Amino acid sequence: MKRMFIGAAVAAFIAAGPALAADIKPALVYGTGGKFDKSFNEAGYNGAEKFKAETGIDYRDFEPQDDTQGEQAIRKFASGGFSPIVALSFAWTDAVEKVSKEFPDTKFVLVDSVVDAPNVRSVVFKEDEGSYLVGLLAAMKSGSKTVGFVGGMDIPLIRKFGCGYAQGAKAGGATKIIQNMTGTTGAAWNDPVRGGELAKSQIDQGADVVYAAAGATGLGVLQTTVDNGKLGIGVDSNQNPLHPGKILTSMVKRVDVAVYNAYSDAKNDKWTSGTQALGLKESGVDWAYDDNNKPLISDDMKAAVEKAKADIIAGTVQVHDYMSDEKCPVE
Amino acid sequence: METTVTDLVLILASTVRLSVPLIFTALAGLYAERSGVFDIGLEGKMLFSAFAAASMAAVVAQSPTFGPYAAWLGLAAAIATSILLSLLHGYASITQRGNQIISGVAINFIASGLTIQLGNAWFGQGGRTPQLPNSARFTELTLPFADALRPVPIIGPIYANLISGHNILVYIAFLAVPFTWWVLYRTRFGLRLRAVGENPGAVDTAGISVTWLRYRALICGGILGGFAGTYLSIAQSASFIREMSAGKGFIALAALVFAKWRPVPVLFTCLLFGFLDAVAIRLQGTSIPGIGEVPVQFIQALPYVLTVILLAGFIGHATPPKAGGVPYVKER
Repeated sequence: MKRMFIGAAVAAFIAAGPALAADIKPALVYGTGGKFDKSFNEAGYNGAEKFKAETGIDYRDFEPQDDTQGEQAIRKFASGGFSPIVALSFAWTDAVEKVSKEFPDTKFVLVDSVVDAPNVRSVVFKEDEGSYLVGLLAAMKSGSKTVGFVGGMDIPLIRKFGCGYAQGAKAGGATKIIQNMTGTTGAAWNDPVRGGELAKSQIDQGADVVYAAAGATGLGVLQTTVDNGKLGIGVDSNQNPLHPGKILTSMVKRVDVAVYNAYSDAKNDKWTSGTQALGLKESGVDWAYDDNNKPLISDDMKAAVEKAKADIIAGTVQVHDYMSDEKCPVE
Repeated sequence: METTVTDLVLILASTVRLSVPLIFTALAGLYAERSGVFDIGLEGKMLFSAFAAASMAAVVAQSPTFGPYAAWLGLAAAIATSILLSLLHGYASITQRGNQIISGVAINFIASGLTIQLGNAWFGQGGRTPQLPNSARFTELTLPFADALRPVPIIGPIYANLISGHNILVYIAFLAVPFTWWVLYRTRFGLRLRAVGENPGAVDTAGISVTWLRYRALICGGILGGFAGTYLSIAQSASFIREMSAGKGFIALAALVFAKWRPVPVLFTCLLFGFLDAVAIRLQGTSIPGIGEVPVQFIQALPYVLTVILLAGFIGHATPPKAGGVPYVKER
């Protein structure tokens, strides 16, 4: 199936080759979560598909099965003349740094991490701002005023999620915020059983809304939360449809926008290198509101979260970024 | 007082949930190793059967005829898969007299790679299987009178939270321990099984096929391995996720050595390992009087540190079955 797809892509590419010579040849390397992970990578795929539908320019993609394949894939695309090449994961930071030096004329886009090079655009998200909004909603919805957070691997990026969430929850009137990390190795992204136990432990301590920022581990967190009749909060993609009516909202990272912009900027000769930090103002992060969670969000909550969003964009509310000083003002 | 009891009960309930895959897997290893076949492929069997259970349940979940039995069909698929892997291990190490450790490691690699590959090919979700509805899972059972007894001090929370409120596989795991004991020490098959692990030559002299006996032991292990995988993917979670066994097969192997290859001690060592894990989860981020908040990393290392200390200092000499790891060659 996959081979057929690549075969078809190659055939289409050869057939269309000369006509598109002036156009760009975009490529996309996913994270190890896989293309259809219902989360981060799928969002990137959607962005690339949108670009393809609008411009008719096809792209090539690759799903690395483990951490060693990312660099090979990026180098293979670069030596094949592809540009821009989007690398979707902080795990490819070293790979992009290395390969971008070897191919100075190729454009690279790294999502979720930063590489300082003249031919690399680094796209990071202000997850703290999006997490602030879902934290506010969680605290307003919570009957016990106790909310939980389950992170994946214990790294500064995930602490940033937790810190933004805690600030939002405090603002929404939460009295107790329980934060747990699943582990300290990469296995922490794929351990739904441990995630579920952590969620259960938080629920036993009184939490009735639990936010999961833990990759596939989060699916276990959400499942346990829903099994125990509490509310979960999804992350990265809109995960509300996973358990309709049981997920309060999702903190959406617009990875699709990052990918789409990278391709269309390159096409329209507007490509820039450097670091882009996408927050609420740039629509890079947001909270998810759809038919699945409409009954859970009261008018007051909606008004409060929209006001907080406007305040953050206007700068009257400052969300502290954990990664700036590795400290969080709220416990 | 009341809250202490409740806290303790909640930790113990979490212990039970975390021990179950270890109990199934350690018992699976017990059958194989008591018959003289080392089984380091337990991790792979657990992982592959978790995948089989979740895939089968996902495929039949929406079918009107089979839907209501999706969880049980998943269990059947898991057991079949695990038995097949056991037979593969048996073919390599009993029939072909290959190295049992290498064959077991190979099974672990096959399971790790093939589950992701097949999952991607069938469901296209990065090696995961689709999320299952509750009707296709083993969900928590509430035993009779659990809610009525809940307000009773001490006994109430113990009955309602610790004894009631688990899925059926948990009860099966706890029944499997006395059953294994009975098989091993009170049946003819068990006597022969223990004998073939100590002295296969004597068993052969008595006119019993060593090969067939060892194959049967591996099949018993396969069945239990299937339960372990099913528990992970469709009882405790609602889908298969790559590498979701997360080293539990190896922990179970350690528990088996720790218990000196005996069924009842296996239960207690698995409960101990589960308890350490549960405490690690519960203590995370809480402050202990006199010490303050303990770093996450320390709490998470605690079960392993304690395991090493207990293994090195307290269990004494663990003697494996004498013929373990040695392929049987009939003298001509």
